[in-house]
Amino acid sequence: MSNIIQVGMADLKLAKAPDKLMTAGLGSCIGICIFDPVVKVGVLAHIMLPNSTQSKNPQNRAKFADSAIVMALEEMDKNGASRVRLQAKIAGGAQMFKFSGESDIMKIGERNTLAVIENLTKHNIKLVAKDTGGNFGRTIIFDVGDGSLLIRTIGHGERVI
Amino acid sequence: MMVENFQELTNLQVDALKEIGNIGAGNAATALAQIINTKIDMNVPRVSILEFDKVPALIGGADTYVVGIYLTVFGSAPASLLFILPVEQACRLVDMMMGQPAGHTVPENMGEIEYSAMMELGNIISATYLNALVAFTQLTLAPSVPALGMDMAGAILNAILAQFGEVADHVLVLETQFRKDDEDVVGHFFMLPEPGSLNTILTALGVSH
Repeated sequence: MSNIIQVGMADLKLAKAPDKLMTAGLGSCIGICIFDPVVKVGVLAHIMLPNSTQSKNPQNRAKFADSAIVMALEEMDKNGASRVRLQAKIAGGAQMFKFSGESDIMKIGERNTLAVIENLTKHNIKLVAKDTGGNFGRTIIFDVGDGSLLIRTIGHGERVI
Repeated sequence: MMVENFQELTNLQVDALKEIGNIGAGNAATALAQIINTKIDMNVPRVSILEFDKVPALIGGADTYVVGIYLTVFGSAPASLLFILPVEQACRLVDMMMGQPAGHTVPENMGEIEYSAMMELGNIISATYLNALVAFTQLTLAPSVPALGMDMAGAILNAILAQFGEVADHVLVLETQFRKDDEDVVGHFFMLPEPGSLNTILTALGVSH
């Protein structure tokens, strides 16, 4: 039996095959999926913001790109994954509003994407696939067994990366 | 007293917030009714203090297909305003505003004119809500231009909640539902005061202690 484990906004969860991880309605947020193809264990983090060091409230590490990746690596270590085998896939980072003002929050998706890529590189995790940007939401289902990431959208198709 | 933690709100303060929700949304419901020429009712506003994760559930879950019109409030009590409704309801409102038969507008053929009609609707509802709030509190508040999003509820809420994420893990949601014909929920109107604004609003309402 395979279960689908739900991951909420600003949340991080680990699963072992055959279980899958899912997060619904990624807009400017990013779903960071990290897995070890040998041990078949994976983590999905749903981050909202790029940087915990600029926040007045960094306690929830799953909320930020930088601290969520550190937290994901700790979880993967605890569950027998090897750092050199880790691969990452990411989805999200869209800009959801049309005709927006010049407000900074409208660019949050782009800032999140850059921060996630930068922090994956910093920890030497190979980014093998990404589906980021655009102006549409994404619901993702991550199969930690084979590392496939199913992406569903409204009006922008469905794909596996 | 500084209200930094939403959980520390007293019953009196919660009631005062509901009252501004009542007055604001009451005026907004009247404005909405005039635009679409139909009777609009509203429920008693709800004040909820929620983790980010729980907010999409208020509008049917993160996957629900919605239209959201978002405005920022500038001035002495910065906040976010969001009028959010299921996409089918948005299509119905567009048809009513534009004098078209019901069913003329469907999600697939929503274009610039329909978006513009929805933004105007969001604008009028928000401005009416704010005017009532200003008259009641004497605070200086002004809305931004509206921004429109049409997609999954979770995705629409992401960017709005992210700005609260810098300082908090919870958000205070002042919610009103608009209803047509006593049953259908037409849409939800949310006011999300920034944490620092809450104290300003409560002080203006005379319930800061």
